[in-house]
Amino acid sequence: MSEHTLIKVYNLTAGYGEQAILEKVSFEVYREEIFAILGGSGCGKSTLLKHMTGLIPPISGTVTVCGVDVHQSDQDSYRRFLRNIGILYQSGGLISSMTLAENVALPIKEYTPLKEEEINYLVEMKLEQVDLKGFEHHLPSEISGGMKKRAGLARAMALNPDILFFDEPTAGLDPITSAEIDELIIKINRSLGTTMVIVTHELQSIFRLAKRVIMLDKMVKGIIAEGNPHYLRDHSGNPAVRNFFNRISTSHNATHESRS
Amino acid sequence: MIRKLTDCCSIEDIPGGDKKFRFSGRLDRKSVPAIIEAALKSMHANPPSKVTADLSGVSYLDDFGVLALERIREAAAESQASFALEGLGAKAKEILALFRFDERKKREAAKRRRKPGLMVGVGRATIDQLLDLRFQVAFVGSVLLCCLHLMLHPRSLRWEDTLESMKKTGADALPIVALIGFLLGLIMAFMSSVQLKQFGANIYVASLVALAMVRELGPIITAIIVAGRSGSAFASEIAAMKISDEVDALYTMGFDVTRFLVAPKIIAALLVVPILSIFANLFAILGGLTVGVLMLDLTAGAYMDQTFKSFTAFDFWFGLFKSAFFALVIAWMGCLRGFQARGGAEAVGKATTSAVVSSIFLIILWDSIFAVIIQYWG
Ligand SMILES: Nc1ncnc2c1ncn2[C@@H]1O[C@H](COP(=O)(O)OP(=O)(O)OP(=O)(O)O)[C@@H](O)[C@H]1O
Ligand SMILES: [Mg+2]
Repeated sequence: MSEHTLIKVYNLTAGYGEQAILEKVSFEVYREEIFAILGGSGCGKSTLLKHMTGLIPPISGTVTVCGVDVHQSDQDSYRRFLRNIGILYQSGGLISSMTLAENVALPIKEYTPLKEEEINYLVEMKLEQVDLKGFEHHLPSEISGGMKKRAGLARAMALNPDILFFDEPTAGLDPITSAEIDELIIKINRSLGTTMVIVTHELQSIFRLAKRVIMLDKMVKGIIAEGNPHYLRDHSGNPAVRNFFNRISTSHNATHESRS
Repeated sequence: MIRKLTDCCSIEDIPGGDKKFRFSGRLDRKSVPAIIEAALKSMHANPPSKVTADLSGVSYLDDFGVLALERIREAAAESQASFALEGLGAKAKEILALFRFDERKKREAAKRRRKPGLMVGVGRATIDQLLDLRFQVAFVGSVLLCCLHLMLHPRSLRWEDTLESMKKTGADALPIVALIGFLLGLIMAFMSSVQLKQFGANIYVASLVALAMVRELGPIITAIIVAGRSGSAFASEIAAMKISDEVDALYTMGFDVTRFLVAPKIIAALLVVPILSIFANLFAILGGLTVGVLMLDLTAGAYMDQTFKSFTAFDFWFGLFKSAFFALVIAWMGCLRGFQARGGAEAVGKATTSAVVSSIFLIILWDSIFAVIIQYWG
């Protein structure tokens, strides 16, 4: 079991300053899996993600990635950790003064000795992956919200890191594009073996992508369910969890009934 | 004969001009740059007629690996050699399909943004200027309408915002305005006394400081300080709201954006900047007095007498008028540049810089115009 564990969050109390948003949270993410973090708006999903990537120090508890404590490690090993992860921020996080191509090229330029021309080729491939071909020279302010998301995705994947953290990769996208993004995430996960930690509340994405999920709750300030989403939908003892997962099924049933 | 190029790549020269690259291990961002360099070097050294890439030993492949293959394929095409892949596992095939290796047979050169020519540049700049002018005219219109509305319905002004703005623009600026005024008076008195002493005309130091401050330097120095402190703050506040759609939100909620954001700032500036300039004058006179009493053997009474004799009521009111006018320019430019911001975070910085630069320029320009008018009028 433990050799499969890539990220281990142990007794983490997370928050800003003194104010705890999550209390004593423990869970594990396994190597090469797609792991989803669910929960209602404002329950601390983005906060948890920021703690998992070492951006905010925890009030107490530890986050260990590949056996290294993210918050206690020295500068050098933290930098090495950062090079091996990619993060897609909820609002894209693109550098607004750079074109999309420059944004994606930024980490590649910094961390590889490749030539300009070769970097351009890689950038082209990345942007093509997220269906942004032809927008290489647009500034982030000149594209739509969903396109920013996709460009952020391309940048997060630029170095093909071992772990990808996504904060709502498909929120605000139309169902077709969001299905394509999910498809891409699955393909990348399968062919490159990238571990993915995804924050989302799109039920369709959850069922399509994740083998394992945790569900956070604002009141409990912690995890109220953990496991396979299909299983939780049908067999969870907690009605709040079943309701969350069944939103989609009830609407399905409704359309079926109205058609028949 | 097999040669090792890097840890993950070796090359076999088959007699007859063929080359076979054997890859092994991980083809990722760490190994690929070295592979590309070595492979291209060996292909340029003696161009092959047939190139094969054997991927059977590869354990990991991503788009960096695809890049390496692509570069080798390109180099092969350059020397008219054929190119083939060998030893593809299911996984490798999947990855090559994911990155569309086969569709990329001929790579189109990356289209760069073309640099516009001189004429295009001039044309664009002209259009930009005209658009800026149009925007300014529209802005003048909306502010005037707003003023009219406020005169008819003074209650509709957001008084809390106005008071807050007055505090930030006025009270908070008082220490720096006082300090600079005091030092300015000190310096002026000191420098002029060096000359005036030679004629035994020490007492005229008081006249010089008072007149210069009340008519010219008081309003200008105050205006420049306020432009730097508050003009920039107005611009960055509005620009930040503009780029994050807050202005649009206010507009669609049915607020008059000008009344909501601009009017409090303009009114606050109009009210407090003249007061600040009076303070600047007072502290400058105090600075002059310090030099006069301590270094020039003047009595405080004589100094103050001379001070009040040296400027007329007109000078005083005219100084105040200029101050108010400059206040208008500063608030105006701050808000205008804020509203013109578009784009990302750097637009906020641009708006701020542009607000400060334009308002200082306009302050100096209008001061000269006033000086000329007074010359012919008075
Ligand atoms: N910078 C901050 N300082 C203080 N509190 C914050 C900060 N950012 C978020 N919070 C608080 O933390 C809580 C969780 O916020 P978080 O952004 O993690 O929610 P979320 O689960 O990602 O929600 P959403 O789905 O809407 O993105 C919120 O109650 C919020 O008030
Ligand atoms: Mg969030």
